[in-house]
Amino acid sequence: MTPVTVPVSTERPTAPGTPSTSGAAPAPRGSSGPRAAVWLVGAAIVLVLSVSVAVTLGPAHLPVSDVWRSVAQHLGLDGPLGLDRLAPLPDGLVWELRLPRVLTAAGVGAGLAVCGVVMQSLTRNPLADPYLLGLSSGASLGAVCVLGLGVAMVLPVAAFAGALLALLATLGLAGAAGGLTPSRTVLAGLAVSQLAAAGVSFVIFWTSTGDSYQDILSWLLGSVAGATWTSVAVTCGATLVLGGVLAATGSLLDAFTFGDTAAAALGVPVERARRILLVLVAILTGALVSQSGSIGFVGLVLPHAVRLVVGTRNRLLLPLSGLLGASFLVWADTAARTVFAPREIPVGVMTAAVGAPVFAFLLWRGRGRA
Amino acid sequence: MTDDVLGPGDARSPGGLAAERLRWGAGGRLLVDGVDVTAPPGTVTGLLGPNGSGKTTLLRLLAGVRRPEDGTVVLDGTDLHAASARARARAVALVEQDATTDLPITVLDAVLLGRIPHRSLLAGPRASDRTAALEALDAAGAAALRDREVTTLSGGERQRVHLARALAQQPRLLLLDEPTNHLDVRAQLETMTVLRKLVADGVTVVTALHELTMAAHACDHVVLLAAGRVVAAGTVEDVLVPEVLEPVYGVRVDVLRHPRTGRPVLAYAES
Ligand SMILES: Nc1ncnc2c1ncn2[C@@H]1O[C@H](COP(=O)(O)OP(=O)(O)OP(=O)(O)O)[C@@H](O)[C@H]1O
Ligand SMILES: [Mg+2]
Repeated sequence: MTPVTVPVSTERPTAPGTPSTSGAAPAPRGSSGPRAAVWLVGAAIVLVLSVSVAVTLGPAHLPVSDVWRSVAQHLGLDGPLGLDRLAPLPDGLVWELRLPRVLTAAGVGAGLAVCGVVMQSLTRNPLADPYLLGLSSGASLGAVCVLGLGVAMVLPVAAFAGALLALLATLGLAGAAGGLTPSRTVLAGLAVSQLAAAGVSFVIFWTSTGDSYQDILSWLLGSVAGATWTSVAVTCGATLVLGGVLAATGSLLDAFTFGDTAAAALGVPVERARRILLVLVAILTGALVSQSGSIGFVGLVLPHAVRLVVGTRNRLLLPLSGLLGASFLVWADTAARTVFAPREIPVGVMTAAVGAPVFAFLLWRGRGRA
Repeated sequence: MTDDVLGPGDARSPGGLAAERLRWGAGGRLLVDGVDVTAPPGTVTGLLGPNGSGKTTLLRLLAGVRRPEDGTVVLDGTDLHAASARARARAVALVEQDATTDLPITVLDAVLLGRIPHRSLLAGPRASDRTAALEALDAAGAAALRDREVTTLSGGERQRVHLARALAQQPRLLLLDEPTNHLDVRAQLETMTVLRKLVADGVTVVTALHELTMAAHACDHVVLLAAGRVVAAGTVEDVLVPEVLEPVYGVRVDVLRHPRTGRPVLAYAES
């Protein structure tokens, strides 16, 4: 084999002012390292402050210090810290009513946002959200069966079961259609979703009268109004464990950026990775939906908003979306219960009402980019 | 784990790429039908053939991202389809014909993707990964694009970025699917120079090409495909001749000589 000489000189002169790669250059958008740490620490602080302040808001106003005193008291830290005991009334307000609700909102918001990032990266579909696999419709069907038909089952269990059945139907359908490619996954999810939605409509139409209708509607729109410490355990527990696992898959999700073949060429076992991640997302989403109903918008738009600000690296995007999603839902729920007090509106209405304009603004700000 | 690093292979094997009897079908049709490809280390092998002849499909089999129904792909003595996906990805990089994304990813981040096989999936890019990515950008002539968003690049710029991503993977076998089809003439030559530099370092390069004159300039060997089978394989002088090309492409071919380099220049006319 004779080495080939290329006929003309191919040295392209570097234009003056062209940034050189070797010198120390400012870290680009979304770079890891210190900037990522700043984002994460900042978002964590925002979350702690959001929770503390949100608990103080409501018909009866409390100082933030009461919130922390109540928490310290229940964790048995008031003695060691030398704090005065809180009166039973404010303590009950914090510990029994508001804190469970606020923490549930945080757990749900974080979990949905993380699931949204995973779904969008996996399917490379900007419209993907945690409910893509038909999960919310499946959960809704389970829930309305309890609320409307009086099926003797605890509502969260029925909702969770409905979500998992929907997942199995979607995976089965996509598999039968030839494998879990992004487009087949989306289409199979759509089919399952529509079918379950038809079931939901049927049950509502067949059974509903006044009261149960209000119950059903509030569940369908999503709400954390009835949250208890059990809800906190389920939502925050699932988010910490499953969301934590998902948040660690950043590099794996990055590999999907240019499609399945590119991911495979980077050493990712594409089908297996996708199946495992979809199942984790489904279990987490199912657990969240079982407690809060299907709150829209957080899982769809929050990941986009965060991506527009910090870039596409999933290793930063996943945990940051989780933290900001938690704060977002805490405030959306606080607004849902205070803005029209004493009336309360479902938090799902709030997320859309607050989130849509924010998203429109981000889109407008990012104009000129593809 | 023994399969975690694709070893240099046993001493008897000649090294480089040796694929035998590859077969893959879809939709009831064999798209790759008993194809053999050998590519010694330190050479550029051109994969030629009309549209739909199976070049892209064959490259995917060679890259190990698609499992052949029959046949083997051996790189430096190790069966690629028996190795772990990660070990394979450290040895083989693939530049696809048209890889796009809707995500607002920056060029540097896109190139850093090439480092994924070289670190734990749980870890982020290290300083050494960044250095490798910057070097790859430089080598691919895309250094100035570093902070741009991939979605805003022109087709040719994007192609350089994909080349840089593959270079960042530091492969021993580099597979490219028409890496020059969006490039201007100078950029085409530059890309080929990059490939020649790589093979000088002992990398094995296999690239699908449409431009036969470019193949004549830059390739040591060429493999000509038609309808999923190898029609001819050998040196440029053996394969890029009218008798071989005319029946495959259905056009009249004349072989001229480049006045400076003496390499073949191909001219076509309708038959
Ligand atoms: N998954 C598939 N199912 C059915 N047919 C396929 C599939 N993939 C490719 N083909 C067909 O196989 C043939 C070979 O495709 P391939 O992409 O390998 O051709 P190619 O040589 O790369 O063509 P081009 O020069 O146009 O890029 C084409 O006719 C194509 O339509
Ligand atoms: Mg092709």
